[in-house]
Amino acid sequence: MNFNSLVDQAIDNTIHTSVPLFGPELVICVTIFVLLAARVLPLVEKIDAFYLALIGVFVALCIPFGGQPWRMLVSPDEFARVEIFSGMLIYDGFTVFIRGILLVFAILLMLLVRLSKVFDRRDGTDTYTLLLGATLGLSLMASANHLLMIFLAVEMASVPSYVLAGMRKDRRVSSEAALKYSIYGAGTAGIMLYGISLVAGIANTLHLPTMATRLATMWPELSVEQTYVLALGGLMIMIGLAFKLSAVPFHFWCPDVFEGGSAEVNAFLSVASKAAALALLVRVVIGVGVIPSTADHSTVTLANLPPAVETTFLNVSDEQPGEPGNGIRDNASGPSRAGQAGLKNFMGLLIAVIAAVTCTFGNLAAYGQRNINRLLAYSTIAHAGYMMMAIPPVVAMASQNMDGAEKAVAALAMYMAIYLFMNLGAFSIVAILRDQLGSEEIADYAGLIRRSPGIAICFAVILFSLVGLPPLAGFIGKFAIFAALVDGWKVSGQGYLMALLIVGGINTAVSLFYYLRVAKVMTIDPEPENRHSSEGSLVSRVQFGYVLLVTVPIVFFFFQWDWLSRLARAATTHLLS
Amino acid sequence: MENPLLLFSLIIFAPALGALVLAFVPKDKPDIIRLFTLVVTVVVLILTILMAIPGQLPVSFDLSVDTMQGASQVSWIPTFNIDYFLGADGISFPLVVLTALVTMLAMGASWSITKHVKGYCILFLLLETGMLGVFLALDFFLFYVFWEVMLLPMYFLIGIWGGPRKEYAAIKFFLYTLFGSVLMLIAILMLYFNSDLTAPGMKAEQLVAANIVPLQEGSTPEASLEAWIDSGKSLALQYAEKINDPAQPMHTFNILALQQMGQHTNLFHGELWGCSIQCWAFVLLFIGFAIKVPVVPVHTWLPDAHVEAPTPISMILAGVLLKMGGYGIIRICYPICPDAGFELRYWVCAIGVISMVYGALAALAQKDFKRLVAYSSVSHMGYVVLGLGVWSASAGNLYNSDYWNMGIQGAMFQMIAHGVSSAGMFFLVGVLYDRVHHRNLDEFGGIFGKMPLYTGLAIVIFFAALGLPGLCGFIGEVFVVLSVWKFSTTLAVISAAVVILTAAYILWVIQRVYLGAEYKGPHEEALVPMNLREVSIAIPLVVLAILFGVFPGCLLQYMDPTIDRQVQELVAWQKREKPAELNSKQSDKSSNDSAVSMDVRSRDKHPGLELTDQQVSLFEGPSPDHRFFSESP
Repeated sequence: MNFNSLVDQAIDNTIHTSVPLFGPELVICVTIFVLLAARVLPLVEKIDAFYLALIGVFVALCIPFGGQPWRMLVSPDEFARVEIFSGMLIYDGFTVFIRGILLVFAILLMLLVRLSKVFDRRDGTDTYTLLLGATLGLSLMASANHLLMIFLAVEMASVPSYVLAGMRKDRRVSSEAALKYSIYGAGTAGIMLYGISLVAGIANTLHLPTMATRLATMWPELSVEQTYVLALGGLMIMIGLAFKLSAVPFHFWCPDVFEGGSAEVNAFLSVASKAAALALLVRVVIGVGVIPSTADHSTVTLANLPPAVETTFLNVSDEQPGEPGNGIRDNASGPSRAGQAGLKNFMGLLIAVIAAVTCTFGNLAAYGQRNINRLLAYSTIAHAGYMMMAIPPVVAMASQNMDGAEKAVAALAMYMAIYLFMNLGAFSIVAILRDQLGSEEIADYAGLIRRSPGIAICFAVILFSLVGLPPLAGFIGKFAIFAALVDGWKVSGQGYLMALLIVGGINTAVSLFYYLRVAKVMTIDPEPENRHSSEGSLVSRVQFGYVLLVTVPIVFFFFQWDWLSRLARAATTHLLS
Repeated sequence: MENPLLLFSLIIFAPALGALVLAFVPKDKPDIIRLFTLVVTVVVLILTILMAIPGQLPVSFDLSVDTMQGASQVSWIPTFNIDYFLGADGISFPLVVLTALVTMLAMGASWSITKHVKGYCILFLLLETGMLGVFLALDFFLFYVFWEVMLLPMYFLIGIWGGPRKEYAAIKFFLYTLFGSVLMLIAILMLYFNSDLTAPGMKAEQLVAANIVPLQEGSTPEASLEAWIDSGKSLALQYAEKINDPAQPMHTFNILALQQMGQHTNLFHGELWGCSIQCWAFVLLFIGFAIKVPVVPVHTWLPDAHVEAPTPISMILAGVLLKMGGYGIIRICYPICPDAGFELRYWVCAIGVISMVYGALAALAQKDFKRLVAYSSVSHMGYVVLGLGVWSASAGNLYNSDYWNMGIQGAMFQMIAHGVSSAGMFFLVGVLYDRVHHRNLDEFGGIFGKMPLYTGLAIVIFFAALGLPGLCGFIGEVFVVLSVWKFSTTLAVISAAVVILTAAYILWVIQRVYLGAEYKGPHEEALVPMNLREVSIAIPLVVLAILFGVFPGCLLQYMDPTIDRQVQELVAWQKREKPAELNSKQSDKSSNDSAVSMDVRSRDKHPGLELTDQQVSLFEGPSPDHRFFSESP
């Protein structure tokens, strides 16, 4: 096999397999280009960037190949696992699902930016461009299959986020937030890169599935020093992810950035960023901890490419380019399973501890907050904790019960979809009220029910959904994740999963207090004397319509969550097998 | 109305629909809003009463049937096997009627609410939907949803329309209950993931009992199972696929199926941290329900919530909400986790007795009228826990379950009787409060002279709470106390002695408030006789208190068959699973036995339990097979 034929095969594979599946991302790229170009071309300058961006995202969501996440229910096999761009990215139902969440969220968020008044038209264009840029990076995070790609995607998503955090140019606190965010982000990115290099040095590869098998094979023979280096590398990668997730103890940026940034950007950081970071965490955990179950996994990935190419391309350091990757996998099946157990237990327990601490800390710290943005920032931290709870059962069940592990990821996916509406709803109300009241203090919401009963009721619904009370969709997400924990315990017998469940349960009761406080201020407290005495509602009809649009799914999905559940299940069907 | 599911859904969701309609009524018409809400609650009450009269509707309650009636389900969330599954039996149906009645009377008492009437009525109706749903739901997930649905309206009803410390009381209520329900959720998930419809113990008979396999007319359960598997329903297909594969369990939230699993399989015997799963589940569920009952030491939300809540909400809290805890224990804890219930029986009974004593003592110490009534609720609900906890088949010879049966009957009767008397007491306190705007017991007196009719009605209700023979409170208390006698003499003596404490605080209240020469507090001029609306709320409660007292059979006939069956099933379980426990008791039985039989024979001489022949015959009531003292020679 000479070099030319390799190149030919690679080109052929890229054009015929990879590029079409990468369609939505390409559409976003084109949209970003159009947005930027539109500002310098005199003719198109008149067109509002909002419409261009909206059309771009809409096309990305609906293009027939690679988009259209709802079609997973009809034909799940179309979304089978395929490695694209020679293993750098992965295309499967989960990719499509997360990308669907990101794109739907982008559409809703752009509508919100349009409706609220914080960004003027010029800033609006910048905002849309940055939003799309970050969405592109997040979408790559959700589909990354290679440590280098992970780093690139995280950076690609982070850099626009730093700028977005500082978009309110008139406020000092906003610039401070952006600076804090970028310094923190740069630091953790550096640590993560170092971690990646350490892991790569031990495993001799950056390709996640290959790495899983390598590590499993090597585990029994690793020297103590090597184990330390590996553990250190793993921890450092986790730091990078924990920063994106705002998991304790890497959450310090979150409340400050949220307080300084605008509510619209906060919605983006809390929903889109988090969804992608969790998806990435799932990828890494599965990539490192779960050996591909069958050898024919690689034949699915690159049906028209000999497996050799995959390995040679990615692992230049691999001493024998001719040896097929399958060989390694076959060797892995014997002793590695036992070796894998230690690694997996460590990983599961580590994530469980981080999840428990994050959740508890977020809920406790939210108690004393007076600023609604800060309160929601801590609420976001707590919810990151809840969502991370879905991952230890994935790790625990992965080898015994693929179905259960995939269900646990589906629970996470469902939570994310519901979380999108809850947090977007909360921040949209904060944004709309900020425009009207000029304040983001909770105390200034007093007596809101008298003034704008619709908004107050929607906000209360959203807050109670965040607590996780039925009959609201927030309960479904929590229920699914708690169910995954019990299922994981039943299958694997790991007691720490039950302990995690109890932590999660108690946290639910604890979190009630601060969400309820906001609802109480709105409904029970009397209206302040000095509020503008002008009669009538605080918000316009269109704004209220938007809030309703985001709130109704929270109620609706509770009664029809079977649809969501089946969609999430379809999205995760090919995740492990 | 051929379809029972439709009727049950109508009963549950009629108030919610009413709330939806109210949302579109302009808020400056409070009288129309109140009247409409009252009409909705009346409609619900009429529906339940029509069901209660045999033969009135095609789906009316059948007194001779001891199983779940009108049980029917439609699939809701197939991915988790969650059904929309409703039904009623002798345990839940009386509580449904009680709920509808108390809610209607509470709505009648709501005319004194003048602030934000529209919001009040909407929340009130949503609350009714939640309460009715809890009693009718047979799917554990659905049960949990209704259980939680009730919380939010209650929080706002206390928090917005309550007294001076309303916010504190409302959040305390909310936090306590939510904490309990989170524990319940954990238990539900544990049970769900350990359940398996295809387990070896789940035979055709059990599947029929769980209402999963419809029983064909004139056919055996086995044949029905075959027919069901061939029917091609999605659940049946799933069953057929998994029955031969032990690696693929078929989980369920069906409460009836979980009961069958708890009694006929060892699915819940797995171990976690040194205890069995059902032990954990029982404890978690029991805490969740005990907070609602409430029992000492998790009762502290109750006095605050009661004192701060407006009168109608206090009526509902005491009349209905507390019953949910008792209902949960009898419907879920014991049948699903019989093993844990058996092991922990002394704990449960002891908790019940402690609540009775503590509640009564605390009531004695109160200066606030409403707080006193609240503590009397703690004391009275202690009887319910005690009656449910009595597991006397283990203490007697030959698995004699009569006392156990009596305990559960007493608990159920006590729940209904307390629903009537406590709702009445809170209403009557509210009537006084509306006039003089204080509840300080030391500043009353002489009400008899100013409001004679009111005082007459009040004395009946308070005596009913006291447990005076001939009024409703007596039957439940005496059943419970008698049933405990054979289970544990110590507990029986203590619980019988509580009657004295109860008499003390009730009589003292009557003396301080109603008797005496003159009224000592402010606003004396406001003490006018009750108006027609108030009288028409008090009269039904007084009538029921007397009716249940002199003719308890009219209530017991609804409950008896179901209670008999549940007890028989648990006794059968005990015979299978706990023979060793009984044999060990056999040795010291002889001494025990003589003591017990002496007690029964010498009941006429026993000071605390003097019964006339007439009263004994009342207990025996209209159902001939309900032999109260079957052991008497």
